[in-house]
Amino acid sequence: MILLLLKRIGFMLFTMVVVSIILFLLLETGLTGDPATRVLGNFASDEQKEMWRDQHGYNQPTVVRYAKWLGNFATGNLGTSIRYKGPVKEVLLPRLWNTAVLGFWTFAIMIPLSLILGVLSGMKEGSILDRTISVFGILTTSVPEFASAVFFSALFVFGLKWLPGTSSMAGGFEFKQLILPALVLVVYDFGYVARMTRASMAEVMTSQYIRTAVLKGLPYKQVILKHALRNALIAPFTVIMLQINWLLSGVIVVEFFFAYKGFGALLLEASLNNDIALLEACAMVAVVVAVGSQTIADIGYTFLNPRIRFT
Amino acid sequence: MNDNQEPVLVCKDLCISYYTRAGEIPAVVDFSLTVKPGETIGIVGESGCGKSTVAMAIMQYMGANGGIKSGGITFKGRDLTTLSEDQLRSIRGSEISMIYQEPFASLNPSLKIDTQLMEVPLAHENISKDEAYRRSVKMLTDVKLPDPERIMASYPHQLSGGQQQRVVIAMGLLSKPSLLLLDEPTTALDVTVEAGIVKLIGDISKTFGTSQIYISHNLGLILETCDRVFVMYSGEVVEEGTINSLFTWPKHPYTHGLFSCIPLPTADKNAAPLTPIRGQLPLPFERPSGCYFGPRCDHFERGLCDSAHFKMENVDGGAPDHRVRCLRYKNINHVKAQPGGTAKKTLKIGKSVLTVDRMKKYYEVKDTSLTALISGKRIRHVKANEELNFTAHESETVAIVGESGCGKSTFAKVLMGLETRTEGEIRHNGKNISKISVQDRSTKQIRSMQMVFQNPFDTLNPSHSIGGQISRVLRKFGVETDKKEIFDRVMTLLDTVKLPRDFYFRKPRQLSGGQKQRIGIARAFAGNPSIVIADEPVSALDVSVAAAVTELLMDIQRKHKTTLLFISHDLSVVRYLSDRIVVMYLGHILERGTANQIFAPPYHPYTEALLSAVPIADPEVTKRKIVLEGNLPSAMNPPKGCPFCTRCHRKLGDICDNELPAEQVVADRHVIKCHIPLEALKKVAPVIHVPDESERLQQQVAV
Ligand SMILES: Nc1ncnc2c1ncn2[C@@H]1O[C@H](COP(=O)(O)OP(=O)(O)O)[C@@H](O)[C@H]1O
Ligand code: SF4
Ligand code: SF4
Ligand SMILES: [Mg+2]
Repeated sequence: MILLLLKRIGFMLFTMVVVSIILFLLLETGLTGDPATRVLGNFASDEQKEMWRDQHGYNQPTVVRYAKWLGNFATGNLGTSIRYKGPVKEVLLPRLWNTAVLGFWTFAIMIPLSLILGVLSGMKEGSILDRTISVFGILTTSVPEFASAVFFSALFVFGLKWLPGTSSMAGGFEFKQLILPALVLVVYDFGYVARMTRASMAEVMTSQYIRTAVLKGLPYKQVILKHALRNALIAPFTVIMLQINWLLSGVIVVEFFFAYKGFGALLLEASLNNDIALLEACAMVAVVVAVGSQTIADIGYTFLNPRIRFT
Repeated sequence: MNDNQEPVLVCKDLCISYYTRAGEIPAVVDFSLTVKPGETIGIVGESGCGKSTVAMAIMQYMGANGGIKSGGITFKGRDLTTLSEDQLRSIRGSEISMIYQEPFASLNPSLKIDTQLMEVPLAHENISKDEAYRRSVKMLTDVKLPDPERIMASYPHQLSGGQQQRVVIAMGLLSKPSLLLLDEPTTALDVTVEAGIVKLIGDISKTFGTSQIYISHNLGLILETCDRVFVMYSGEVVEEGTINSLFTWPKHPYTHGLFSCIPLPTADKNAAPLTPIRGQLPLPFERPSGCYFGPRCDHFERGLCDSAHFKMENVDGGAPDHRVRCLRYKNINHVKAQPGGTAKKTLKIGKSVLTVDRMKKYYEVKDTSLTALISGKRIRHVKANEELNFTAHESETVAIVGESGCGKSTFAKVLMGLETRTEGEIRHNGKNISKISVQDRSTKQIRSMQMVFQNPFDTLNPSHSIGGQISRVLRKFGVETDKKEIFDRVMTLLDTVKLPRDFYFRKPRQLSGGQKQRIGIARAFAGNPSIVIADEPVSALDVSVAAAVTELLMDIQRKHKTTLLFISHDLSVVRYLSDRIVVMYLGHILERGTANQIFAPPYHPYTEALLSAVPIADPEVTKRKIVLEGNLPSAMNPPKGCPFCTRCHRKLGDICDNELPAEQVVADRHVIKCHIPLEALKKVAPVIHVPDESERLQQQVAV
């Protein structure tokens, strides 16, 4: 267990270094064009560019610059955002928090909903309930987020006038503004998780140990709750954990649409504006979240599945 | 058993169908059966004949697409087909319980044994958890599981196959059912483990008075466990009777056929070749009119057998409950059932072809657990093969027998060059091939050593035609280059393996298991190999199909003077077809010699136990019972001394625990690895006793 954690942390650091080197090479060296041009624009004079380079240490060898950046990054100095004219840290943290809030509510609705529906339809494969849920799940998943965002806005904002159309939280946090973005995300994602759960539940229900449980004369409720559920939830659990990754980048469209100030919108702006330091920091966050959620998934998996429990 | 007692179970004219997209499949037709208290009923037949369907119907667990069409199942006076789900639940697990073929799949992988056991009495009786726990532990003790508390706290995957099956049996017996259904309960287990389970099942009815229905495809096991037997063919019973009358005077040609396709450990291939039943079991919707067995029956009479379907009738002059479904049984001359084909000529054994000298194969496994990290023993060895020595000659069949995990398949892989040996030497026709892996072997070397696998499915490419796949092998081996010649060769090969020539154009999925295995054999023999290694080639096939494939393999071998290494766990088959036998256990060769030497004293204690575990479908043959206790140790952590010391019934003492015994040479090429002196081993009585003619006469007079 500890070994796994150590391994994972090592792997995470390694990935972070690799990703940062790639980004560094792409953005901060001449490989993909002159960074000074990228920052100052096409119409800056050569002297201006040269001055900028000097100022920002671009005339030093790449290795030295990378080592400096790495040193700064490791000690918590994430650099300065060009776009927001301030330390990256101060820009990034509130944005992450906002996305986490959005993610939390999305998950809080999506997970119970999709698990319950998935289990219900997997319990009796081919029943009317099962077919209804499956068709509904496929429908909602196949509608892209921007389409459902438009649809829900039309319905709740312009039609019924129940909810605000933007979620910028300009006047401080307001729960009402969170509803639409969360709704769009739930609708998009729940079908996928529900179908995974259904498939897993259906497989468990045809397994021989469920037959054993039924033929032991156990009440149906006990067969489901005690014997089927736990085995059926192993696969969806892993999928849900992977959804965290999706949430981090997949929210771009939704955040942009509703002008929600989250991580996705930040990422978009950083790349549109060549905000190098910000991009690097965002990438690092993404790596940490990816490896982190995978680790949690693996550990959770071993708890759900005693066959591969650590010795 | 009391004849006046009310029967426990009565199935009357039961018809069971599955409903699929292709239409209705009448899986079982007109099935009738009566089970008296304390009686054990056997149901025997090839796979697909409807045995499991009957069991599931009794449990009223037919799945979504199955249903009872007509007839009734009466359990202690109640018609099960009319009960509600709630009423059924109170019967399932408490009055009727079931034991399944695959114990591991039948246990919930993520619940501990204690939970899975205790819930049975808790669901049916109003008792406390403590009481349920106490009873579960007691039942585990009753099914002879050592250390029941530890078992209670384990997960299924932490137990061996035999232990798992004992747990399932304990689970079935926990609420003292009056009827126990056993669907092939030992098919997934090793022979010596099987012997233990069979003994346990036999004791159950004595100890608990439970009636049992024992389903198996193995006539030998039925003989050992049952009082009465039902032979099923294509969804109906074709013969029923007490063990004694049915095994001694089988009346139905199908029953005869079944007996002639199982090798008895007393017969060999040259004196009495197996006679497989020709043809295949008809699918339920392809049944012929009249007698379903007609197309495969040697006694078929046009106009009589194929005119109308008919009922079972009592055997004239036979025991009162011996019944048969055959119109001509009186006209058929019933010689005692015996593998009875015509004798074939014995082959002369040629020069030595393969020598294995002190060959070792260790697999390395990385242990990633924390304890291993701390102790520094990160790499552990699985000792799959330890110091193997043996030779094989031209035209010789050498069988390698042993239970699962003893290293048989590893050995085959090393020979084929799929793995490289850790130490020692393998010489093929004098050339050392031990270090040459399969990629580096010349086409000629690969061609001369070929393999037939257990699962023909895995080795055939599903998207190419059969002909194409065999042609490819021929081209690759450079047997032929000309297109026309290759085509002709494929045709001859198809003839050789007795398949119709138009199979050339078929795809693998259009073939049955036995046909696929024939293709596997055709491929292996395509390049005229000098050695063919067959790894359990027939163990996935039904008895009659297995008999046909075995015979085929023997015939081709006779013709080509091939050396055949036959890997198997089935001693009857091995005895039947091999000239020499190598007995393996935990990577060691414990005994090797000719088939006759292995089957007669002196035995290695393990060979002795193996022989005793072979089920024999002949009521006249008697066996000395030796049931091994304990589990097979893991190859990762083998015993320090004799590999067999944890289970040996003749263990001497500390010397066995601490010192690896040396090889004792009994005669030329007959070697036993044991600490017991040869003189003592020679005094051991034979395990299997076959009465000779005079004894047989005496017995008949006594009856
Ligand atoms: N669920 C099912 N759907 C359709 N056909 C089935 C099903 N189960 C079994 N069958 C068919 O019913 C017949 C009897 O099968 P089964 O009872 O499993 O035989 P056995 O146990 O003797 O091998 C076979 O032809 C088989 O293909
Ligand atoms: S009825 Fe005819 S075809 Fe059927 S088993 Fe008897 S002899 Fe053979
Ligand atoms: S050496 Fe000892 S333990 Fe091994 S087989 Fe012989 S008697 Fe049994
Ligand atoms: Mg079956």
